[in-house]
Amino acid sequence: MQESLFAPGHRACAGCGMPTAIKLVLDAAGPNTIVTSPTGCLEVTSTPFPESSWRVPWIHSLFENAAAVASGVEVALKKFRKTDINLLVIGGDGSTFDIGIGAISGMFDRGHRITYVCYDNEAYMNTGVQRSGSTPFCAKTTTTPTGKLSLGNPRPKKDMPAIAVAHKVPYVATASIAYPVDLRRKVKRSLKADGPAYIQISAPCITGWSFEAGDTIEQARLAVETCLWPLYEYVDGVLVGAKKVRRKRPVEDYLKTQGRYKHLFKAEGGAEVLAQIQAMADANAEKFGLLD
Amino acid sequence: MMKVVEGSYAIADAVRCCSPDVVSVYPITPQTHIVEHLSEFVADGKLDCGYINVDSEFSSLSSLIGASAAGARTYTSTTSQGLALMFEVLYNVSGMRLPIVMTTVNRALSAPLSIWNDQQDALGARDSGWIQIYAENVQEAIDLTPQLYKISEDPKILTPSMSCMDGFILTHVYEPVEFLDEEKVREFLPPFRPEYVLDPKNPKTFGAFTDPSWFTEFKYLQHQAMQRSLEKIEEVSKEFEEVFGRGYGGLIDTYAMEDAEIVLVTMGSIIGTIKEAIDELRSEGVKVGLVKIRCYRPFPAEALKKALKDANVIAVIEKDVSMGYESALLTDLKGALYNSSIRTPIIGFAVGLGGRDVGIKHIRSMVEKASKVKDAGIESEFEIFEVKPECL
Amino acid sequence: MSKCGVRMVVEPGSTEITKTGAWRTFVPVFDHDKCIKCSLCEIYCPESCIHQIEGNFVPDLDYCKGCSVCAHECPREAITMVLEE
Ligand SMILES: Cc1ncc(C[n+]2csc(CCOP(=O)(O)OP(=O)(O)O)c2C)c(N)n1
Ligand code: SF4
Ligand code: SF4
Ligand code: SF4
Ligand SMILES: [Mg+2]
Repeated sequence: MQESLFAPGHRACAGCGMPTAIKLVLDAAGPNTIVTSPTGCLEVTSTPFPESSWRVPWIHSLFENAAAVASGVEVALKKFRKTDINLLVIGGDGSTFDIGIGAISGMFDRGHRITYVCYDNEAYMNTGVQRSGSTPFCAKTTTTPTGKLSLGNPRPKKDMPAIAVAHKVPYVATASIAYPVDLRRKVKRSLKADGPAYIQISAPCITGWSFEAGDTIEQARLAVETCLWPLYEYVDGVLVGAKKVRRKRPVEDYLKTQGRYKHLFKAEGGAEVLAQIQAMADANAEKFGLLD
Repeated sequence: MMKVVEGSYAIADAVRCCSPDVVSVYPITPQTHIVEHLSEFVADGKLDCGYINVDSEFSSLSSLIGASAAGARTYTSTTSQGLALMFEVLYNVSGMRLPIVMTTVNRALSAPLSIWNDQQDALGARDSGWIQIYAENVQEAIDLTPQLYKISEDPKILTPSMSCMDGFILTHVYEPVEFLDEEKVREFLPPFRPEYVLDPKNPKTFGAFTDPSWFTEFKYLQHQAMQRSLEKIEEVSKEFEEVFGRGYGGLIDTYAMEDAEIVLVTMGSIIGTIKEAIDELRSEGVKVGLVKIRCYRPFPAEALKKALKDANVIAVIEKDVSMGYESALLTDLKGALYNSSIRTPIIGFAVGLGGRDVGIKHIRSMVEKASKVKDAGIESEFEIFEVKPECL
Repeated sequence: MSKCGVRMVVEPGSTEITKTGAWRTFVPVFDHDKCIKCSLCEIYCPESCIHQIEGNFVPDLDYCKGCSVCAHECPREAITMVLEE
């Protein structure tokens, strides 16, 4: 029995997608790895003093500085000629897309050999489901509530992988906990890259998205099958591959199963929004060549 | 051998002598020359360290958290806006007990924007859990550098420290200084060997989250370490003097204190001017002396009680204001003496804000005000000194 | 670091002392005859608490939070969630 590098006993909600993402990432990276994490659900649920779920060395400092902390780890290890250790940042979308983006840009720009993994649950979950730059169009959060004048988050999801690509980092990919083989392969590939890498993993949050118990992996799968979460890879700035979607499903199949989109099926204007979201999915299918 | 160099160069050289493994700095006037000289040393192979060209001060100190936890001796420096940007990280570093050493060049905080010296920046970081020692001149700032590493890295202390030096006045001055001897520094300063580092062979968790059942104990132990450092600072100061032949007193120093009735209390480069003013006044028969605060945090309350017990009037002169009250050192000093038998009146002056020149005549005027207190009692407990009359 | 137990570092994997099985309302029951050993339940379980023991996949009930992800993902419907008394 191989022991998971992410121990049980952590305090993530039952059915949270994030621990599965962490487990898969560590599986691929192996024990010769050092992880830096920012503040967020992962950090809080995995390291309640005096306990820790981490079986690899792990460090947390603040919400917005994980990329900088990891940069320091990398430079120190280089100084000590220990260059064979895998370095990961694993952080949420809030710290990645918003408050920590300056530090991430610096880390990319300086070319540190670090894989930055974002487990993306599309909001600030740890503080109670507030909008982040990753929150998709018209999703309901506690800071983008629905109301007479609102259909939820008014802005589309920020294209963080494109921002990473624009930094000319050697490896950028999206992944999903519903596709573990693909995910592990991408992590392994990123660690071979000669420089920074960015991997963004779809990790549904049962509490923030409000879907049925047991549905976590299915949610992640539907995001891919609707083409709302394309699985692709950029190597040296070039799109080298995207996972084909065998049977493209309408976005409603995904949206209707989640509380955060419930209003779109009732409120006035919801139908137009659904059409807009469908158009986004279609654009992804086109851009990444997801369909045969 | 004495050499005439710019203050910033001298500091960069002192840092080089301490052999940091990782240096991470971001430029800001008037600290920039330190950054530039350090990069030159690295480029010339004179300093073998990881040098991180960071994207901000927030990232510079953050990156040192990672480096320090990986076992590196680390260095950064900043000033003013940069220090303010680091605010959150400062507390994090001390709470994680990482012995990072920083040169804090003292400069005013915006707004209005000012690149000139006062000490508002470091005073604002008073409660962040960093040891703060203020240098009077470039030589003292040089000599502080290895001392701070020795203090901070002591396994019983493990507390970050900053060497504070006045911007421009010390960073940009050219004066003759004695450089550190690398061999001697190696003897004086043992290598940094933390008990735990980030290491896959011994995979510990750093920076866990605590609930109310533990937080108090973390803070208690941190406070204890700070208290312990009072003794360590004295000890290291003596040791430095033995090895290098230069001493500055430990936590505090004194000047012309024999029979002094009026005692000025201050810190930083203004001391040079004050000493000159005291020499003048003494020759005129005015019994004035000086207590120089080197170590502001931890606060040397006991040493101050001893030094001030015979004063008739105490005047605190400092370059900061805690808006809505008075200056920080003034408050701290009054607090330290309150439960003692010392009942000496204390007044305070905020001077030199945003680089306003403080000359001998200003010191004389403050001494004059203090001497009136001796006879007539306190008229004004605190004032921002020499405000344009039309503003009053 | 100190006698009172405050330490700057924490031991790896030490959340294991917390038995999150206490959170559970429903318990996964595995039908080993239906199982095709695809190991998907093990891969997806957020608690890393499904293990293959002597060939069979079994949940470690010390940690299983009863989230029913395994039951939903099992391609053979070999796992049923049962209300725990
Ligand atoms: C400087 C700062 N601002 C705000 C917070 C509060 N905060 C802690 S975690 C968090 C949200 C985390 O969101 P994300 O990164 O998406 O991780 P998640 O909790 O969703 O997994 C926020 C806003 C903080 N800790 N520090
Ligand atoms: S709030 Fe969401 S992301 Fe956070 S632990 Fe719960 S399910 Fe996971
Ligand atoms: S119910 Fe959830 S926690 Fe329990 S074994 Fe199945 S997947 Fe794991
Ligand atoms: S998912 Fe179902 S079939 Fe696959 S190993 Fe688990 S119990 Fe067996
Ligand atoms: Mg999030």
